[in-house]
Amino acid sequence: MESYVLSLMIFLPLVGMMAVLCLPRQAEDLVRWTALLFTLPTFFLGWWLYANFDGSTPDLQFVVKVPWIASYNINYFVGVDGVSISMVLLTAFLCPLCVVASWGIERAVKAYFALFLLLEAAMVGVFCAMDFFLFYIFWELMLLPMYFLIGIWGGPRREYAAIKFFLYTMLGSVLMLVAMLVFYFHSEYSFDLTRLATVTKSFSADPVLFGLNMPQILWIALFINFAVKIPAFPFHTWLPDAHVEAPTAISVILAGVLLKMGTYGILRVNYPLLPEATAQLAPYLLGALGAWNIIYGALCALAQCFLEPKDLKKLVAYSSISHMGYVMLGMASFTPQGINGAVLQMFNHGTITAMLFLIVGVIYDRAHHRRIDGFGGLAMVMPIYTGIMALAFFAAMGLPGLSAFISEVLVLLGAWQKYKIPTLIGAATVILTAGYLLWAIQQMFLGRPREEYAQMHLSEISGRELVTLVPLAIIVLILGVYPHAMLDLFDASLRHLNSLVLAAAAQGTAIALH
Amino acid sequence: MSGALFEIGLRHFLCVSLFVFVLGLYCVLTRKNAIGILMGVELILNSANINYLAFSHFSSGRYDGQVFALFVIMLAAAEAVIGLAIVLGIYQNFATIDVEATDNLQG
Amino acid sequence: MEHAVLVSYLRWIVLLPLLGAAVNGIVGAAIQKRYGKGAISVIACTVVGLAFLFSLRAFLHLWGLPPEQRFLLDRLLYWIHIGDLNVDIAFWVDPLSAVMILIVTGIGGLIHVYAVGYMHEEESYWRFFTFLNLFTAAMLTLVLADNFLLMFVGWEGVGLCSYALIGFWYKEHANTSAGNKAFIVNRIGDAGFTLGVFTIFWGLGAAGHASAVFRDIVPYAHHLAEISVLGVPAATLAALFLFVGATGKSAQIPLYVWLPDAMAGPTPVSALIHAATMVTAGVYMMARLHFLFSLSPVALNVVATIGALTALFAATIGLAQNDIKRVLAYSTVSQLGYMVLGAGVGAFGAAIFHLMTHAFFKACLFLGAGSVIHAMGGEQDMRRMGGLKEKMPYTFWTFLISTAAIAGIPPLAGFFSKDEILWKVFASGHRALWVLGFLGAGLTAFYMSRQVFMVFFGECRADHHTRHHLHESPPVMTYPLLILAAGALFAGFLGVPAALGGSNRFEQWLEPVFAVGHGHGAHAVHHAVEPIEYLLMLVSVGIALAGIFLAYLMYYRGSLSPDLFSAAAGGKPYEWIYNKYYIDELYYATFVRLTFFFCWLGASFDRYVIDFIVDGAARVAAFLSWLNGWFDNLVIDGIVNAIADATFALGNRLRQVQTGNINLYLYVIVGAVVAVQFLPRLSSDILTTILFAVVVALIVIGGAAWVFARRPLWRPPVLRGGTTQSH
Repeated sequence: MESYVLSLMIFLPLVGMMAVLCLPRQAEDLVRWTALLFTLPTFFLGWWLYANFDGSTPDLQFVVKVPWIASYNINYFVGVDGVSISMVLLTAFLCPLCVVASWGIERAVKAYFALFLLLEAAMVGVFCAMDFFLFYIFWELMLLPMYFLIGIWGGPRREYAAIKFFLYTMLGSVLMLVAMLVFYFHSEYSFDLTRLATVTKSFSADPVLFGLNMPQILWIALFINFAVKIPAFPFHTWLPDAHVEAPTAISVILAGVLLKMGTYGILRVNYPLLPEATAQLAPYLLGALGAWNIIYGALCALAQCFLEPKDLKKLVAYSSISHMGYVMLGMASFTPQGINGAVLQMFNHGTITAMLFLIVGVIYDRAHHRRIDGFGGLAMVMPIYTGIMALAFFAAMGLPGLSAFISEVLVLLGAWQKYKIPTLIGAATVILTAGYLLWAIQQMFLGRPREEYAQMHLSEISGRELVTLVPLAIIVLILGVYPHAMLDLFDASLRHLNSLVLAAAAQGTAIALH
Repeated sequence: MSGALFEIGLRHFLCVSLFVFVLGLYCVLTRKNAIGILMGVELILNSANINYLAFSHFSSGRYDGQVFALFVIMLAAAEAVIGLAIVLGIYQNFATIDVEATDNLQG
Repeated sequence: MEHAVLVSYLRWIVLLPLLGAAVNGIVGAAIQKRYGKGAISVIACTVVGLAFLFSLRAFLHLWGLPPEQRFLLDRLLYWIHIGDLNVDIAFWVDPLSAVMILIVTGIGGLIHVYAVGYMHEEESYWRFFTFLNLFTAAMLTLVLADNFLLMFVGWEGVGLCSYALIGFWYKEHANTSAGNKAFIVNRIGDAGFTLGVFTIFWGLGAAGHASAVFRDIVPYAHHLAEISVLGVPAATLAALFLFVGATGKSAQIPLYVWLPDAMAGPTPVSALIHAATMVTAGVYMMARLHFLFSLSPVALNVVATIGALTALFAATIGLAQNDIKRVLAYSTVSQLGYMVLGAGVGAFGAAIFHLMTHAFFKACLFLGAGSVIHAMGGEQDMRRMGGLKEKMPYTFWTFLISTAAIAGIPPLAGFFSKDEILWKVFASGHRALWVLGFLGAGLTAFYMSRQVFMVFFGECRADHHTRHHLHESPPVMTYPLLILAAGALFAGFLGVPAALGGSNRFEQWLEPVFAVGHGHGAHAVHHAVEPIEYLLMLVSVGIALAGIFLAYLMYYRGSLSPDLFSAAAGGKPYEWIYNKYYIDELYYATFVRLTFFFCWLGASFDRYVIDFIVDGAARVAAFLSWLNGWFDNLVIDGIVNAIADATFALGNRLRQVQTGNINLYLYVIVGAVVAVQFLPRLSSDILTTILFAVVVALIVIGGAAWVFARRPLWRPPVLRGGTTQSH
């Protein structure tokens, strides 16, 4: 079991996809239940993984390494360590919830769930893959179902959003491909991510292009790929469009898991393989850019409260950009608190933003629009919904006692040691975050109910929707009080990463931002 | 006659042969009438005969050339028969022996 | 510090109200429907009452310990341990927090009881008590926390509950806007607070003793004065950052603007949160961190100056307000200014003393105002009140006592505490600040008496209907008033200074806490009694009496018309005061609009610049591909087609060799034969000559043949009687 668990987690959804494809198109309910059934093994295996993961060592666990395409030295190499375990758990946890959230899909149900299961397999695969080629395959494999899921089941501008998302991400992937091949050829034909760290020493430190040496160029190429996914300014404009147009469950997965792949990739690829370049470039490209992300995302989200199109989903999308900025800032700090906070923030943001999008979905399903100024007084009409919404919104605001507070404060605490101005910006942005979230609550939920509600048939939140929201709420509450439930998993691995970068920095010339 | 003035030599026969050959060639190449073309062919063959005879008489002194000429005459006759048979066939199909009429295989 | 006594009951002080909040929050609606509002009140009040009992137990426990060992610790849960950051959910009681928890649970409990009566007709009764309990739990967390992060949990928690309770009647837009304002302005303070925490943590870390736990910081805090951050000593920077937090929470300049608007919430909320407990969190935090502030004279000066300015500033605004709660709100801001002033001159004990007495009389004032509002059927404008003292005796007398207390009339509580602060200010050399405080005291006496006279004395200016329904509040509301008034009367005796023959037991109690820090903040409890202290006491009592007398003349006797002052200097000063110096409008016009501008800028940048580039890139790519396609079609395909066409043309031309003309064929045959036979045998120049000759001959003959052979196309003759062959 030990060695198969990850492969099972990756491939059972694929088996599920085959099963769903074999079902008749008309048996929609059967398709839905089958899809749910096949996300459950990954879910339960995730719990097993959680219970059996040893958080005290930075080594890879549950490793499977078998030759795949032997003539090119490509192996099927999967494993988890502290960096990826939280992401695997997040994916395993969110996918069944998204299947339940997709229960209301009416059109081409079979295709939808088949694509979704493929997406799940690809996502778990990305987080588990330790062979660069395998990583690349799963990375690309994610794009295909997302393109269709947005482009077919999305909103009015879905084709634009889908193709924008696809081409943007693919642009990044191309850069990663080039970098991957550079590593391959420089390392005597190896794709093994655990061994490629030795390659950087073979590059000379002489400037090659624009005053950057080879490792730095590789780092930037890889960074651009991951930056598109984070999404980091200025590669972020695909996110508002993709989120606004995607159906609810796809937005949840997009925000909950796919965005994390960007920062995960930086931790998995950039940090271990190019530690010196990391030490040199991270202050600007992760630290300063992260702080800019934080405030820019918050400003744009606040803009949604009073400027067209006043779309609630767009507001949440921009808040995602803002929260991912904290992850970037934490990663750049190279302190234990900062990097632990960053990875914890990845997990927390996954759960909290998932809740936010599900909440948007609830009201959109009923009223068929998401205009912030198109509602008012919903607290009187849907009180339980308002309660859950309040929990989610305050969690997004980083209210202490809930999970996001701990990750944000760890990030800022860690970052303050190295970066003063970016941390100042990050700390000050909580004001804006509170601003837009409270204003959105005020416009939509408080005040008097509108007369149009009689026609809109606003029913209270249903049991199915609660089933998707309550588990996330429980996690948010538990992690606020006992964060070591997650922190214990990745502390050792992240310190190891930090030590790699700091050691490289000590040898080279690291630039500290003040 | 006394051949003192004009000594008839090989040259003269060859010229005659050439003259006949060119005439025959001209007939073959330009006449429209199929039989005319065959006549031209006869002329060509006969010019060749004259050549044989002339060389045989003036050069070798033996009779090989005359024998060849007899063969050629015989072959000419055979070939004329076949040629005329073809012309007859043409006439049966085209009601004329104008070779410009037989352009069915025109490209 | 090392001798902290480990106990396990401190957690209940926090957990009980939290439990009450959870029960009322999750199933409160169902309970209320089934068992009525009484069940909700029982749950809510019981948990606070029990918390009070536990607090009392803690206090008594402390009292039983020798002064150097008065620390109780209760570790509840393993919380965050990353690197040097080691914080647990742990509660810690020392003399300072013992005072605070008694105030919070005691006065909070009284307000809970009062609210049972005040909110009696409210539909969302359960929601109110949920948040009231949650607030209590958060405030107790703040007070009892043994580390910065847990304190911050409580800090923001009270902010959340404040938001929820201010905007409790959420149907009105103004209420929810006030709630938003409170939360957001508090967040500005919170940002400062967190930065202060970080500065301390890393400052100590640079000295090798990084910690976020208070008792671990105290011994090493002096390192912070030696380390520089951003060019400033870490102690100063941290103290200033933390003071920003205190400014937000304790409503000092410039972040006080949320408190007056917060009066939109129900009156018990105003009493509890905005008079007795939450707003005092900033002062408490500064007292808790006195050792840090003592390290930085710069920070202390800033604190003291802002405190004094706020005290006077808010008092001036309070002069002109007509809403009964607004007056009290500005009065709160002003009194908080005194507390902050006290902290700023290092008189932390005095500041906490004033905090305690203020909690009593301000809560009493607010609850009394609530009683009045309740009786007046919701009316809050003092100009429509008057003559209520006969109809509402309990309310009147408690209100009067509390007013006298706040005005600083001996021997009521406010006199001792406020005077202590003013004396300490004077004695530490801040004469200008003393003047500000002194003037503020006079104004306080004036406007509070004005309020008493306008509300309770004179003719009742309410309409007939309201006058008819005027009644005293039910006992559930008046008993808390009585208890609080008793506190306002007698609590001062805890802190009678040596000058008046007392032993200032309050300051003695707090001495272990404040003596630990280094620097010049620690004041000896027994200092020499100086004559000037008596003089100052007399002077401050004098100005208080003067203020009361002025109010008496203006509002009771009517011999001085208020218009004299409101029209003074052209009416402009009055207008300024009445409109709160237009600060809210200023903030809106600057910060808010600036933020909105940046939002617009960001959103537009996103849409019109970045997306322009992205879509532009897509358009360029589309154009290039169109160009490519056009090139493909025209040129590449053109070549391909041209080759095909050329082949076709060549074939077309070549097939014309097949004329069907036998003559031509023979012609060609002959030519070929000639060429094959002769050409190889000839030397090159003869070859050339003959080639030339042959070519010419062929052309001539061919041309001649063509010319002479040009006849009309043959046509099948029409044969009579025979078959016409046609082909």
